[in-house]
Amino acid sequence: MNLKESIVNKINSIGFAVVKEVTEFRDDFCVKVDSTKIIEIANLLKYDEELKFELCEDVTAIDWATRKNRFTVVYHVLSLKNNFRLRIKADLEGTSNEIESVVSVWGSANWYERETWDMYGIKFINHPDLRRMYMPEEFEYHPLRKEFPVMGIPGSVPLPKQID
Amino acid sequence: MGLEAKLTGDGYLTTTLDAIIAWARRSSVWPMPMGISCCAIEMMSAVDPKYDMSRFGSEVMRFTPRQCDLMIVAGTVTYKMAHVVRRIYDQMPDPKWVIAMGACTSSGGMYRSYNVVQGIDQFLPVDVYTAGCPPRPENLINAVMQIQKKIDQSKARDWQDKKALDLELK
Repeated sequence: MNLKESIVNKINSIGFAVVKEVTEFRDDFCVKVDSTKIIEIANLLKYDEELKFELCEDVTAIDWATRKNRFTVVYHVLSLKNNFRLRIKADLEGTSNEIESVVSVWGSANWYERETWDMYGIKFINHPDLRRMYMPEEFEYHPLRKEFPVMGIPGSVPLPKQID
Repeated sequence: MGLEAKLTGDGYLTTTLDAIIAWARRSSVWPMPMGISCCAIEMMSAVDPKYDMSRFGSEVMRFTPRQCDLMIVAGTVTYKMAHVVRRIYDQMPDPKWVIAMGACTSSGGMYRSYNVVQGIDQFLPVDVYTAGCPPRPENLINAVMQIQKKIDQSKARDWQDKKALDLELK
């Protein structure tokens, strides 16, 4: 059995229809999974003797604006043992913006999830320190969401007072 | 400086205090290198031996604002950085001048975006704007010369009764 089949079968062993879609585009292997099972999937991928996806290289999100499921959270993980990269996508149900944090599995996801919270407003439940990464702490918006204007919202970030 | 040519046999000259103070100020404008991004590289080459800004008395880059007269804001200023830039400017002793070096500082440049201040003149009193992305060293030297011209026209007393800044202390 090759590695790709093995990944899909093992994730599917967690529960019924956890893998929703498998795609491959230009040698990038991608599985779309059930977002409520993300912790179990992460644990399996990292600790399974055959897979050993030990390194989480990126966590980000997609804002689909008008689609039924508005947000998709995307994880990029690397298996050093197999020299294989896997992309995991998790659709969030409806207009929900909450998903379980994977920091307990991959420590490197900490800042990536903070960045995703800052830019997309995805709440990572049980994240140890979910503060903003780039924008000031008192900023109220999430700049990479589709409804956010490119030039920002006037007055939303304070400037120092002008000198007379 | 041409000063010695003015000396006649007796070795003294007459001038006004304003002129001599302005001359002293213009001949030693110490810059604060507020190098925030790529413009800083050109600022460095402006002081290197090839372009040699020390010909104009401005080679002494001080990395503390307390010893500076001129702030060269070289690079993209984001909203978050704006508070830092302003805080450093506030620490410089009067009289002080500001050069907005390059497109980003002058107008936001190519960063027409929510996170970049669209021109530092929104929170700093800019004296000279420098065009370019980044400006060539000659252009920066020209800006320093413009500052010198501005200092030449100033009076020594211009800063005497200046009120202390209204600091935004957090």
